[in-house]
Amino acid sequence: MSEIIGGLMTSHVPAIGGAIARRDQADPYWKPFFDGFGPVHDWLADAKPDVAIVFYNDHGLNFFLDKMPTFAVGAADVYRNADEGWGLPVFKPFRGDAALSWHIIETLVEREFDVTTCQTMLVDHALAIPFELSWPDAESWPVRIVPIAINTVQHPLPSPKRCLALGRAVGEALASWPGDERIMVVGTGGLSHQLEGKRAGFINPEYDAFCMDSLGPDPDALTRHSAREVVELAGSQGVEILNWIAARGAMGDAVREVSRNYHIPISNTAAATMVFATERVPA
Amino acid sequence: MPTQPDPLDTPIFGGDLAQRGLALNAMCFSFNDAGNRAAFLADEEGYCARYRLTPAQRNAVADRDILAMLAAGGNIYYLAKLAGIFGLNVQDVGAMQTGVSVAEFRQMMLDGGRRAA
Repeated sequence: MSEIIGGLMTSHVPAIGGAIARRDQADPYWKPFFDGFGPVHDWLADAKPDVAIVFYNDHGLNFFLDKMPTFAVGAADVYRNADEGWGLPVFKPFRGDAALSWHIIETLVEREFDVTTCQTMLVDHALAIPFELSWPDAESWPVRIVPIAINTVQHPLPSPKRCLALGRAVGEALASWPGDERIMVVGTGGLSHQLEGKRAGFINPEYDAFCMDSLGPDPDALTRHSAREVVELAGSQGVEILNWIAARGAMGDAVREVSRNYHIPISNTAAATMVFATERVPA
Repeated sequence: MPTQPDPLDTPIFGGDLAQRGLALNAMCFSFNDAGNRAAFLADEEGYCARYRLTPAQRNAVADRDILAMLAAGGNIYYLAKLAGIFGLNVQDVGAMQTGVSVAEFRQMMLDGGRRAA
């Protein structure tokens, strides 16, 4: 049987892609962020995932605002990045797992999550940067992916409660998948940041700490706020925590926190990285 | 939730702004293509006309006025693609919106960012 092994949450600030391209990992500005990936590399080397389920938000590469799905699941055997218009290098393509994608889609719709299904899907920096950070200098990615895009851009956004329930339904799908893969879950984005308006530069370390402290033992605590309240607490783009909440739901009931890193600032963002290992339920 | 005295403090990009901003955001979406970025730089007036920007949007773009673009329905992820054409990143954009120099904005972030009032 396949096994959910846990996974990774991390910020996806585009500037990180620029820093990787310039090899700025040891630069004093960047080092405190990149240092958070030592424990990630150790955990991945030990955990040896075959597949990654990735919850992220698209920034105007695959989706435009004229047709904006709340939840969209990729169902392709290959996913490519492309020019996003802001000068980032184009990231390596990803192998998909269409059969697993369809199994997840079937399960989600059965559970009344009426998702959008994408047989072609460009994936942007929000998906690619966590992989660049996790497997630096890899010639090709060692895992296949299933991308799940959550609308964190055009309100109304799904609630934290709904995102956690979506993640849990994905977890049920993974638990019933008859393959023998080791499956990791990735949530990207956050933590607190706001790019636009007169509150640009907003950071909320207290709310970020609440999220990081609660996510492992009590993810339901994050569902007491509406998406609009999260915008107020975490900033307009800090609402990307929705991806982390969904990813946490997919990791299973009990997880152990393996590592945590939090650093202000990367660009305009409170950058954070966490690894959780899913606790095995005794048979 | 605290009341917001100024909608440009933290704009909520919902139906109203999304509808108002569709033309501007569609133009910015086109900047994913390098050829389109070059076409904009070669003939900004003609390019904006092709996307049927509203007068408020056209003026905001001409003035490089980010707050006015937001008020005209621009979404920041899309405006960032326009800013990129001018070689501006989100820290430049942060400074432009808050009336400080880029050095001051960067320093504010290094000092821990803008905190709740």
